Order: sequence, then structure tokens, then C-alpha cells
Amino acid sequence: MYVAVKGGEAAIDNAHRLLADRRRGDRAVPALTLDQIAGQLALAVDRVMAEGSLYDRRLAALAVKQARGDLIEAIFLLRAYRTTLARFGYSEPLDTGAMLVERRISACHKDLPGGQLLGPTFDYTHRLLDEGLDGDASVEAGKIRAGAAEKVVRVADILADEGLIEGDGLATGDGPGDINHTPVEFPLSRAMRLQSLSRGDEGFLLALGYSTQRGYARSHPFAGEIRIGEVEVEVFLPELGFAVPVGRVQVTECQMVNQFKGSAKVPPQFTRGYGLVFGQSERKAMAMALCDRALRAEELGEDIVAPPQDQEFVISHCDNVQATGFVEHLKLPHYVDFQAELGLVRRMRAEYEARDREVAPVREAAE
Amino acid sequence: MGEIDDIAARKDRMAVLARADAGRLRALWSALGLDPAHRRLRGPESGLVTLRGRIGGTGEPFNMGEATVTRASVILADGAVGHAMTLGREPEKTELAAIIDALCHDRDTATRIDADLVAPIRHELATADEKRRQETAATRVDFFTMVRGED
Amino acid sequence: MQRESIVLEGGFTDPVIESQAVFRALMDAMAHPARAYRIGHHAAPSVPIAATAAAVACAVVDADTPVWLDGALAIDAVRTWLGFHTGARFANSPGEAAFALIADGAGMPALQRFAQGTEEYPDRSSTVILQLSALDGGDALAFEGPGIRTRATIAPVGLPAEFPTQWRANRARFPRGVDLILTAGDAIACLPRSARLLAGEN
Repeated sequence: MYVAVKGGEAAIDNAHRLLADRRRGDRAVPALTLDQIAGQLALAVDRVMAEGSLYDRRLAALAVKQARGDLIEAIFLLRAYRTTLARFGYSEPLDTGAMLVERRISACHKDLPGGQLLGPTFDYTHRLLDEGLDGDASVEAGKIRAGAAEKVVRVADILADEGLIEGDGLATGDGPGDINHTPVEFPLSRAMRLQSLSRGDEGFLLALGYSTQRGYARSHPFAGEIRIGEVEVEVFLPELGFAVPVGRVQVTECQMVNQFKGSAKVPPQFTRGYGLVFGQSERKAMAMALCDRALRAEELGEDIVAPPQDQEFVISHCDNVQATGFVEHLKLPHYVDFQAELGLVRRMRAEYEARDREVAPVREAAE
Repeated sequence: MGEIDDIAARKDRMAVLARADAGRLRALWSALGLDPAHRRLRGPESGLVTLRGRIGGTGEPFNMGEATVTRASVILADGAVGHAMTLGREPEKTELAAIIDALCHDRDTATRIDADLVAPIRHELATADEKRRQETAATRVDFFTMVRGED
Repeated sequence: MQRESIVLEGGFTDPVIESQAVFRALMDAMAHPARAYRIGHHAAPSVPIAATAAAVACAVVDADTPVWLDGALAIDAVRTWLGFHTGARFANSPGEAAFALIADGAGMPALQRFAQGTEEYPDRSSTVILQLSALDGGDALAFEGPGIRTRATIAPVGLPAEFPTQWRANRARFPRGVDLILTAGDAIACLPRSARLLAGEN
């Protein structure tokens, strides 16, 4: 039962003023600029863009600042902003094969056209805190290696040459569904699942992906390829009659490769899970690919035995804006609700004690 | 030059303008000394474009998420219409890109703009891309095989 | 080049303010069925589509709402204009339309041919925007229902002859059914599916 309650206006105003004060902190310390946040906390900004489902570095940096670094709050702010903008249309599908690659690795093939390109990675760091960063010491620029550009061939294409891996399938021609407009009804198409996963919570998908590796869905994954870089975006404008290039976005793509023993219709081969996420978001793209593969259980004739294979479970709970809304709404006043529960528990307790009193004399008599 | 070539040249120019730094674009534009009167047909206004990927990289399209874009359409005194759409929220830059698109319907003006404005920006963008590629290339793993066992 | 410019002129000059003003008028009109609201002049399309119907389209249509145009409107110039100002995609049949724009009211398809929505999602139905010559002077139609204190009467000119029969059938499909936006001059009036047509001279 919900009853409107008035009051607390001054308390709320003062709380928000206090929030602004605490957010600013010590006035003797310079305020953070959005350029600093976007430039030096770039991966936090990328996570906010990915899960806020809005590619705009400056807005995401602003959200991080406003949320005092609470990334789920920042994601919430970005999602809210996104609803105020008109949607002009849809881009042409991004061509990740034509990416300006900043990182590309494969755990399946050592030697591959284009090479293993580590890029700006945390891998192989020793995870020792670097006290040198406590300050503003000068930092060397990256090294340069001259030489002609070599095409960074997609690993999926290399495996496809042998016919041992499933293809991507052909586009059906129908537009993909959109979870922003269509109420979610299960089972969802793979396209709509990928839309959900792409903005899903990194932590939730990471845990689910981890569970598939530990045996909660049959899965023997290899990181077929991870690539990070910028891709061109083109938007078809009807008044021009052709697709117009509007700039570039940075994305992370992950192809997980899984062994598949085959079925009555399909010979033994490798199947794939796919991850595509805004920004440099490698862990998220890998987790997404693991979850995508697990969610294909029904399509591939596998038994559904674990939570990561359950569409309703994964898709309904992966959105952290929904999740935080429902969990955090428990903070709001439930005074009337609680009074009703209190009355109920008192009554049940009284009945329980009355029953106890009736039983007790009988017991004494028996003794 | 056929219609297809015209479209390719126009797209190519739009790609450069969309990625150009707003300050750099403004500086080169001022140096050109062109400032035609124009009216707005639409915008500049900010909104969303839904970015699409493909399942597995080459399969069926899916909606990945939204990006902010700004669009503008203008008309010049001679009736030439220009359009622009750019990622982000930079209304002045986008309107300027639309004006440039409109001016480039005139072949002589297009030649001048391409030479003095588009070409320098394209060169700068390509140089930055090449630097990034070479920085990445420096992180390429060169495998060498260890000699194993007895021979 | 000249043709392109002519076709594109005349959208909202201030899209945020104007689309909200028109939308607000539409909400009021939907909440008070069969009552005319003047929305003033917002769009001045350079193609053969009525200004008020065009203003309504600019306020409500976007890339996610397929639009169906009747025979009189289904020409390239109108498609280009609507596509440019609203991002509209076009439906091939009335049954696929989120919005339908009708210039020839008398010859319009029967209401049942438009999308009716489903019992679970009655909102997945068509909203039909009609360009009429006038909202009074025709046969009087009296309505009752939500948003109407006693009865509301309107006498639009240019509806199909069998409109009363079609409207009663539309009401009978409730909660499914279509909603109408009637436009004439700079005025609009709405007939949501909840409006009941009273028996009368028709």
C-alpha cells in the first residue's frame, strides 16, 4: 500500500547542499576537470558509457564527477540523460574488421596475420602499487615501430578457412528488435540478448561468465580474439540517399571459441560467443562473450542446467540501473507497509503465546 | 565526373569534417574568407543514433547502444543545400560542416575548400592515425623459438 | 539542387519548444474528446500536406514509428519532407502503421484495416491523422465517455459516409482499436477509442 507522505523538504534541500559540499571536498585542492577525468580515468568513463548505453565521453566524465566516482550512479545519470534526446536513426552496422587496431590478441594462434599486438594493457604488469604515480612525474611517450601496415585479419576468418568453426550466419533482413521499445518477452532473439548484455553490469556478467568456466554450463572457452580500436560510424540519411560518415567510436570486441561435440544436424566444430562493448572494456567484452555462448544452449540443443544458460535469469537481472532501482527503493519510506506487518506479527505472536498457555497446563498435569 | 564519384568525394569530405577538431576547423575556415549567408533548414540539434554491430562481427545486425550526434541542414542564398551529422554535441562545428557541404555543390569552391581546408585536416588525422598504428606496432610480440631437448 | 531545397523547407523553426507546444495541445485534445483546440501556426510545409497535420506529425513521428500515407499523400515530395523533418520510416500497409496520414477522409480505408493493437498491448495500434476541410458544418456527431462531462458534439466535414458504423465497431473492440486526430485549418480535435458515439440523426 502506498500513501503520500509530506515533509522533509528542508532536510532534503540541506542534504543535497551537503552532498555538493562533500563532492567538492577540500577547497584548497583544485577541482577535477572533465578533461582530467576523461583522460586519466578513461576506463571508468568507458564503463559508464558502455553500461549507460550512451557513447559520449564528455557526458560520461561529467556523470563520474557528479556521482563522486560511484560508477553505477554515474551510469544511472547517463541513462536518464539519454532518455531526453530524440533518436534520429540507426547507424550502419559497424565493421570491426576495418578497425584501427590499438590492441589485438589471440589465445588460439601464436602466429597470425597482423600479429599479437599487446597495446596499452595491464597484462604482464606485476600489480605492484606504483608510488611514483603519487605526483606528476614526467612520463615517456610510447615507442614507435615504423614499417608498412599489415592487415589485422580476423581470427574467425582464419579458422573459417578450415571449415571447423561455425559461420556468423546471414542477416535475415528484418531489423533487429530493440529492448528500448519492445517489452521483453522470452525467449529473446540473440540480437536482443546481445543488446542487453552489451549494456549489462560488468560485475554480474563477470561472475556468470566465471561460473560457466567452473562448470555451471558446459563450456571450454578459448579467447579466439580480442581487439580494441576505433571504427567508423556511418548513418544513412534519406534526404541524401547515402550513408554519411559521422566520426569514429572506440569499441572492444571479443570472440570466444568453444568446442562443440556436434549434434544430429551439426557436425563437431567450434562454436562462438560474441562480445562487443563501447570503449576499452576488455573484461566486460570477454564476460559478455561467455554469457552469449551460454545463452545459446537451447539453439545448440544443450541441456539447460545452470543459471548462465537461463535467458530469463540473465537478461532480467543484468541491467544495473534496474537492479539498483529495485534494491535501493527499499530505502524509501515504507512506514504504512511496515505498520501493517507490525500489526500482523503482533497478532500472530499473541496467538502463538495463547496457544502456548493452553498447552502448558496440560503438560504440567501429565508430569 | 559521374554521380557516383560526386557522392564518394562528398562522403570523403564529410568524413574529414566529422572528425575534425572544432577549433582547427574554425581556424582554417576563417582563413578561407568565405562566409556565405545561410538559413537553417533543420538544426543544429543534438540527438541520438543507435549504433549497430553484427553478431560475430559479420552476421545479423544488433543494436549495441546509443551515441550522441548533432545534425544540421542549411540552405544558401543560391538555393544550395548542405547537410552534416557528427558524433558528439558540437552545434557550431556541425553547422559549419553543413555550410561547407552546401558550398561544395559549386565545383570551383569545392576545389578550393578541398585544397585549403579538407586536405590539411585529412593529413593531420592520417598522421595521428599512423602514429597510433606505429605505437601499437611497437607492442607486437616477436616470438622466437627456444631450442628444446638434445639434438 | 533547387528541387531539394524546395522540398525541405517549412519544418519547426524551434523544434524543442514547438514540438512540446503541439504535443501539449494533443494531450489536451485527447483528454477532451471531440473538442477543438487551435494550435496556431508551426509548420509551413513546401509540399502538399496540410500545415496542421504536418505540425502534428513533426511532434509525434520519429524513426521508430512507421507512417502510412494515403494515395493523395504518397508522393516522393511528401515522403522526403516527412523523412527529413521527423526521421519517419514508411509503412506499406495501414496495418503496419503507428501513424497514418490521410488527406482524403471520404475515401480512407475502413478503421478496422489499421493496426488495432492486442489485448496485452492495446497501444500497438494506429493513430490516424486526418486532414479535413473543417471541424464544423458537417453532420453532427455526439459523443460521451471519459473526458466528456455530459456530451460533446462535433460536425467535421469530410469523414467517410459510413463513419458512424465504423466508429461503433471501433468502440466495440475496446481496449483494442484506433484513435483519430482530426485536423482542419489551425485546429485539431481528437477521437480516442474510448469515445462512445451516441445514437442520433445519423
